[in-house]
Amino acid sequence: MSEPLEPTVPSARAGAGHQAEAGAPLPPHVPGDPTTAPPTNRERMAIDRVGMPERPAEIRARDFAEVNLGYTETLAFLEADRCLQCKNPTCMDGCPVRVDIPGFIKLLQEGDVRGAARSMLTDNALPCVTGRVCPQEIQCEGRCIRAKKGPAVAIGALERFVADWANTHEGAIVLDVHEPTGRKVAIVGSGPAGLTAAGELVALGHDVTIFEAFHAPGGVLIYGIPEFRLPKDIVQQEVDRLVARGAKIETNAIIGKTWTLGELRERFDAVFIAVGAGLPVFMNVPGENLKGVYSANEYLTRVNLMGAWSGRTDTPVLHGQRVAVVGGGNVAMDSVRTAMRMGAATSTIVYRRGKEELPARVEEVHHAEQEGVIFEMLTAPVEVLGDENGWVTGLKCIRMELGEPDDSGRRRPNPIPDSEFVIETDMVVVAIGTRSNPLLTATAPELKISKYGYIETDEKGMTSMPGVFAGGDIVRGAATVILAMGDGKNAAHAIDEYLLAQVGTPA
Amino acid sequence: MHPVREKAQLSPNVTRLVVEAPRIAQIRQPGQFVIVHLGPGAERIPLTIADGDAEAGTIALVIQSVGKSTGDLVALEVGESIADIAGPLGRPTELIESGHAICVGGGVGTAVVHPIAQGLAAKGVRVTSIIGGRSREWVIYEDELRRYGDVIVCTDDGSYGRHGFVTDALKDALETGGVDEIYAVGPVPMMKAVSALTEPYGIPTLASLNAIMLDGTGMCGGCRVQVGGKTVYACVDGPEFDAHKVDFRELADRLSTYRTFEQAALERQQQIHVRKMAELAGTAPEAEVGADAPAADASALQEASR
Repeated sequence: MSEPLEPTVPSARAGAGHQAEAGAPLPPHVPGDPTTAPPTNRERMAIDRVGMPERPAEIRARDFAEVNLGYTETLAFLEADRCLQCKNPTCMDGCPVRVDIPGFIKLLQEGDVRGAARSMLTDNALPCVTGRVCPQEIQCEGRCIRAKKGPAVAIGALERFVADWANTHEGAIVLDVHEPTGRKVAIVGSGPAGLTAAGELVALGHDVTIFEAFHAPGGVLIYGIPEFRLPKDIVQQEVDRLVARGAKIETNAIIGKTWTLGELRERFDAVFIAVGAGLPVFMNVPGENLKGVYSANEYLTRVNLMGAWSGRTDTPVLHGQRVAVVGGGNVAMDSVRTAMRMGAATSTIVYRRGKEELPARVEEVHHAEQEGVIFEMLTAPVEVLGDENGWVTGLKCIRMELGEPDDSGRRRPNPIPDSEFVIETDMVVVAIGTRSNPLLTATAPELKISKYGYIETDEKGMTSMPGVFAGGDIVRGAATVILAMGDGKNAAHAIDEYLLAQVGTPA
Repeated sequence: MHPVREKAQLSPNVTRLVVEAPRIAQIRQPGQFVIVHLGPGAERIPLTIADGDAEAGTIALVIQSVGKSTGDLVALEVGESIADIAGPLGRPTELIESGHAICVGGGVGTAVVHPIAQGLAAKGVRVTSIIGGRSREWVIYEDELRRYGDVIVCTDDGSYGRHGFVTDALKDALETGGVDEIYAVGPVPMMKAVSALTEPYGIPTLASLNAIMLDGTGMCGGCRVQVGGKTVYACVDGPEFDAHKVDFRELADRLSTYRTFEQAALERQQQIHVRKMAELAGTAPEAEVGADAPAADASALQEASR
């Protein structure tokens, strides 16, 4: 990891946009000021990564305001200066929506925030979201060449800065919109895949209608990811921007119930299915239907979408005092930190593998630790215990040890005999994954699905039904926001191609 | 938005709202329900579609006012609107094609039985409805059900129809014989009693389960219930199940999850109402309810939740 940097770091591009006045020596470098001398690569390498300002753990762990505060302009310009503007950058290869990362950072280096925002929004319909929830460490930042020596450029934090600037400067950015094509596209689901596809398709001039089953758009961005990690007014702003660009949204429209897929296909020239993997998976252990056992879907939906976090809405939610959350992914971290904020005295992660294997974003685990979450690693639940009134009183678990790698390449956890113990708890949240929801596919027998109910597509994202595309979790199984967005973007372009190929047929 | 077109008080705490929902009115089938969301901050509530008029583009919702959320709904006047209605949800009732069916309705469940009786009669099935209430004023949907067959009304106090529970009348009908199927909708104890009564006769019995739901599409798992030892979801696998296999004890238990919370919410609502009335009368009591300070509210909710 410590190979010399010099050969891979060209210096020619760095500071290319800085303009020298003929003859006169430039004043010393000021970040974000193109009239000053650009820093050398050595100087860029010497800058320490600018940490994300965050609220103190002991305060934030008891409220729902956002944990991360975001860069100021000064911090953003300083961090942008750390980017070497590599001749053959690899950061973009790690990005499922292929944001032009060196491009927008270069504009930041030149102090052109508006230009950076415009560049960002052209590539990414939801930058405020991805700047907050992407696992950058295994994507763009994981591929950052600079990271061969020291920390990567904080691409996620810069993305968030630029995106938030765009949201607070309404009308500052006008994106190109293709002239109307007269083609109509239906998008089923308004989560990350659906919204991204909508953004791309309206830009291409198509007439887009998004169908959402809930009463509000956003999918997992509003029902799942909590306020303290992704404020809902930010999601709403991203949705508003899509609507302002011409996308229509029909809420309370459940495809498979209110309308069938066939009916949509008749009304629209193409359909994109992005309904997610909606069904919760339970542990299948005794006692799972006791009062106080929630799926993460239910717990988070009550708190987030239905607003129980505010204490001012009508939807009830249990306020566990000693909460156990089963699972180790981002949803588990969201649940355990939410329980903390809802007043739990103790909030514990129960995960059957070790800390190294936790699938959650590094930052979420780190934040959870800071906030006092307890981690019971190498532990698997075997039974939920209850009292005579049907309320949860404990979670009986067994200790695990890691054996040989399984099919997924991860070491298989095996129970240690006679190691059972009880975690005293009054609320259990099960966050061990989701599976496909048959609601839509059940009414579309012509749609080819896998044995697990996921929709099968070709390399373009088209299903077995011509003109019907699919992407996100309903194709790949439960994954991340950004992978769903990548699918949405790819499908949008495949849909555009498909629609162009229909030229000659009446619109 | 779904404007209320008609409103009628059916019993002391049961109200019928006829609301605009053209698409749902067009395709709804017996046994299906909708999720109703009054507006920002409101709960999502599952309600069975009691009736519908495809031409007028309306559906009828019969609501028993038991808490703040249902109270807010029945407070709607004609011309006011419900923000969101999603559906139709759930599997339609599996109606028998011929023979004799008995529809048993208790309380507000009688409204849920209505579309089933309607559907059965349309197929030419002989329908007998056995409906009940505490006393005469609590009996609903009697006239509507008479359009589809005989109706036996039972009241707990004998103030109208037969004195006794619906199960007493049902037992007589079972003894008479010639019953092919039973549909039971009502409070959990009633459905449990009906199920226990019909099981020895071996007559197929369907119960419609009013489980706790959020989305109604299988996403939250809140409505899970054990049927035949297997966990199923009332929203997508039901809401109707083979009553003989339903774990009614667990259903009743899960339905009580938020009881204290609901009571607290209702009391808070009533206190606010009293305060408003007092303010209107110019005699505001001193901070009795507080200015609904969020902190006080939050702790009350916390207490209420267990």
